[in-house]
Amino acid sequence: MTALEVQGLDKSFGGLRVTSRVNFSVEPGERRLIIGPNGAGKTTLFNLITGELRPDRGAIRLFERDITRIASRRRAHLGLARTYQIITLFPRETLLRNVVLSLLGLSQLRWNPLRRLDRQTVLIDGARAALDRVGLGHLADRPLAQTAYGERRRVEIAMALAQNPKVLLLDEPFAGLSIDERRDVQELLAAIPREVTIVMIEHDMDVALDFAERITVLHFGEVVVEGTRAEVVAHPRTREIYLGE
Amino acid sequence: MKRLALLLGLVILATVPFWIGNSYYTNIAAQILLYATFALGLNVLVGYAGLVSLGHAGLFGIAAYAGALLINAGAGHFIAILGALGVTLVAAAAFAVLSLRGTGLGFVMITVALGQIVWGVAYRWISITNGDNGLSIATRPAPFGLSLNLAPGFYWASLVVFLVTLGAMAVFAASPFGASLRGTRDQPRRMNALGYNVWLIRFLAFLFSGLWSGVAGMLFLYYNQFVSPQVVALTSSAEVLLMVISGGTGTLLGPIAGAALVVIMKNVASAYIERWNFVLGAIFVAIVIFMPEGLVPGSVRFWRWASGKLRRREPRAAAAIPPVSQPKERV
Amino acid sequence: MNISLLLAGNSIAFGGLLFLLSAGFSLIFGLMRIPNLTHGSLFMLGAYFGVSLIGLGLSFWPAAILAALGVAVFGGLVERLLLRRLPGNELAQVLVTLGLSFMIADAALMWWGGDPISIETPPALRGATFVAGLGFPTYRIAIIVVAVVIAAALWALLDRTRLGAMIRAGVDDPEMARIVGIRVSRLFTIVFCLGAGLAGFAGVIGGPILSVYPGLDQDMLPLALVVVILGGSGSLIGSFVGSFVVGFLYNFGQAMLPELAYVVLFLPMLVVLVVRPEGLFGRAAP
Repeated sequence: MTALEVQGLDKSFGGLRVTSRVNFSVEPGERRLIIGPNGAGKTTLFNLITGELRPDRGAIRLFERDITRIASRRRAHLGLARTYQIITLFPRETLLRNVVLSLLGLSQLRWNPLRRLDRQTVLIDGARAALDRVGLGHLADRPLAQTAYGERRRVEIAMALAQNPKVLLLDEPFAGLSIDERRDVQELLAAIPREVTIVMIEHDMDVALDFAERITVLHFGEVVVEGTRAEVVAHPRTREIYLGE
Repeated sequence: MKRLALLLGLVILATVPFWIGNSYYTNIAAQILLYATFALGLNVLVGYAGLVSLGHAGLFGIAAYAGALLINAGAGHFIAILGALGVTLVAAAAFAVLSLRGTGLGFVMITVALGQIVWGVAYRWISITNGDNGLSIATRPAPFGLSLNLAPGFYWASLVVFLVTLGAMAVFAASPFGASLRGTRDQPRRMNALGYNVWLIRFLAFLFSGLWSGVAGMLFLYYNQFVSPQVVALTSSAEVLLMVISGGTGTLLGPIAGAALVVIMKNVASAYIERWNFVLGAIFVAIVIFMPEGLVPGSVRFWRWASGKLRRREPRAAAAIPPVSQPKERV
Repeated sequence: MNISLLLAGNSIAFGGLLFLLSAGFSLIFGLMRIPNLTHGSLFMLGAYFGVSLIGLGLSFWPAAILAALGVAVFGGLVERLLLRRLPGNELAQVLVTLGLSFMIADAALMWWGGDPISIETPPALRGATFVAGLGFPTYRIAIIVVAVVIAAALWALLDRTRLGAMIRAGVDDPEMARIVGIRVSRLFTIVFCLGAGLAGFAGVIGGPILSVYPGLDQDMLPLALVVVILGGSGSLIGSFVGSFVVGFLYNFGQAMLPELAYVVLFLPMLVVLVVRPEGLFGRAAP
């Protein structure tokens, strides 16, 4: 059973084809990297998988279940989580509250207008644990506005990890980070257990190649190369795309 | 400490009729509570949901008109209140379904259109609403036999209603649902990805907001014993919006402060300044441009700036990390 | 039958007047993406300016043009001093225009008083003209003529001049327009002045029919809103056609369904808003 499968995915905006006959499948526990030049349609692909965008054609399957028609908010409940290229956190809240919101999304409690959120220890403890996992436990009560960019990147990941996802989509998790910060995130990602299948979009080749087991290369919305890390790195098409442009 | 302040505040509020001077001022205090209830209701949408409504006077007015019609048809006050609130909830649901088709400015304009339709009906459907002449009701309710005809009595009834509203708002704001709502205000896209049903959350918030606006509308009806199309005009929606944004959105104290400001200016200042609308408009413009976060937070900011200027020799604090940049989000 | 024709004639004339009012609104809306809630007040301000100018001895048409210029200048000041401070924040800009409308309305009340003032029909255009055996007030025909002339002039401006091309570019894609080198913020001021001037002009022109009174702004603004929402923002043809549609809806609605007159007017507007929610008020998807 594949963890995530995309079949014949097409998406156009007006006359522009941004996703073109994309097929790929990811095995459970795999670490898949998606690379490609700017405008290749990588984030669009993520948006199609999470359901923010409706494909024109094609199918998306999560653990063999067809989710193409399922509303994006439901996909979170089916075990799909993502982080964003641009930091998309809740600026007026503390780190703890940010992660609590992540946990709350999967809980029936989110509809409750009577209880006190501050007293929901299950959620709060879970959020603290998630922050600990990314090394930010000591900043849990700090307002987001008072944290550094690198810390916020890690909160992004904490939010997604808190959902206990089966498939985790990471959109450029290393963007804008310093060398040290990158190392921290690398360690973090390496520590994620194999129960979680990870698909990552990344530009930074050094860190990304370390992480990847299989790589999919996108160009103008199409899959042009796919294979193991060694295969893709050696492939002439890859060099052409990245060096010949 | 906070408990003590609350208790003190409660005592002050409860004894208003005794220390405020005369019944004129007691009535103004009742008006403040009435409009504070309305503003708190609107704040659910504007402050917590991030949805600006310029048609809320429509819901306020629908409650008042429905109440007046029921009372004049012979219904007792209890039934009239329930009926009016029921009608308001239905109207709020209709408003919500229609206006949630848009976001941001689209939402605002749809609420304007809806408010105008309510106004148009109130103004023109003379056989029902009596048009410009309005509808009067003969009596105020007498809960548990206590008369509300005099200013202090009505004030205390308003205070009870206001405190109930405030309590409801406090519980709402501290609840998981309240947090979900604020989440949809700040990052609707992410909330969706986290598993929340953003539309439904907003819809329910609209109903909640409409309910308390309706409660305020009934208070208004009983206070004036009269309702007219002016109540549902665009200027009325603008006034309550001004109350919310001038006080500071997204807080409990803000709408109350804003309501007090607008009511006091309207009643007391208009004894000295002839043209109230001009002042209202000017305050609106000034706040939007200079203190968009509202008077309460804005005054705090101003105070800090002013006292910062006075303490020149203070070493500068470590530069704050730049705030989170927010891309424009739409859902 | 005669009544219907008369009503139709009045609707067309009213439509012409509405066009003068809404063309500016539509341009402002199309370029700056804000519904200018001050527009009704600008109409009323122009009318009051006209009243004062005529009182000072000017004849009708010079007064109308001068009033239009006055309102245009006022509009320019509003844009530069207030709206410019809130770049890109359309919601705040709308609220500012709302607050301004209160201020203008009250200031007008202070200055010109609470009684309705009528503007006399210019002498050359009094009386009736006979068209196909029916008598229509000459002045109303004149309004239609003026509206058509101005529509043609605006069309020529937008289609044939460089300024017009820049405006159209700004309406279509403000980001791209900036990149290409168009000074979009200066365009904003120009368009706001133009729109305000047109509204002021319309106010004076409408004077002999509607007279000038406190509340005129509240009466006219919703109509401009409906026209632009039905006709599409930034579209001259849309405003033109929309104005006449609304003129008919308004007059026939008042005559045939007086109790639901406003519903007849606002319901189509609501339907359009609800069916095409982001088409008018949102930017295109990136």
